[in-house]
Amino acid sequence: MPPLTRWHLRTALLCLVLGLTATLLNALPAVASAWFALALAPIGIHLLVMGWATQMIFGVAHWMFPRAGKDRTFGSAWLGWTAFWGLNVGLLLRVVGEPLAASGRPVALLLAGSALLQLGAVLAFALTTWRRVRAA
Amino acid sequence: MLRAALLHLVAGAAIGALMLSAKGIRALAGALALLPAHQELLLVGWMVQLVLGVGFWILPRLPGRAREADARSAALVALLLNLGVLAAAVGDVATWNAITVAGRAAELLAVLLFLRIAWPRVRRYGMAV
Repeated sequence: MPPLTRWHLRTALLCLVLGLTATLLNALPAVASAWFALALAPIGIHLLVMGWATQMIFGVAHWMFPRAGKDRTFGSAWLGWTAFWGLNVGLLLRVVGEPLAASGRPVALLLAGSALLQLGAVLAFALTTWRRVRAA
Repeated sequence: MLRAALLHLVAGAAIGALMLSAKGIRALAGALALLPAHQELLLVGWMVQLVLGVGFWILPRLPGRAREADARSAALVALLLNLGVLAAAVGDVATWNAITVAGRAAELLAVLLFLRIAWPRVRRYGMAV
């Protein structure tokens, strides 16, 4: 399994645990009145959908999709690692920024940064994977 | 279908990026109304479509005429699913319920057609075709 895949899959598993933890906390009555309570739902959903499911897809696609080009590589290494770091740093910024936003603190730069990093990650993945989607 | 899924991923993520930014930038507050489109594009357009596309590719093939019929049906699945996602996304955001219903019906039809194709291709090891 290539290194990028291993990083994606292990991080996806961590996000699965963190996402389910967030959704569990969200369900506890004792947490409902906490200052960060409103942030738990979007954090949980995005850790599960982006951090777990989409990242798992990124990792397995990088490994399994037909290799393109004469040298039959896994695609652009820098685009692949951009996708990894953009997705995960973006999610981390969101996990920090959402509770701060819920408590009324100014977090425009933090959340915009998170948004751009995740969008950049998705674009990088789409660009490097596009060529590997080929007719048999 | 896989390339269409990638396009839905980028479009859905772009809407999501706008919405997340809107939480800190008041001028973008209107973007939050795009939530239904964000959900539709990512959950159905990206994830469901990716799974269906990989399913068509990976599941054991049937021989001869069955394979040709499968290829034609796959094109119809792709068309119905993608039109359905776009219709449902537009209908949800614009609150045109009839368009949403039509979109969801197209998505369901696509999935039922996929089921008809995929079911016989789910076989145990060594099973005769």
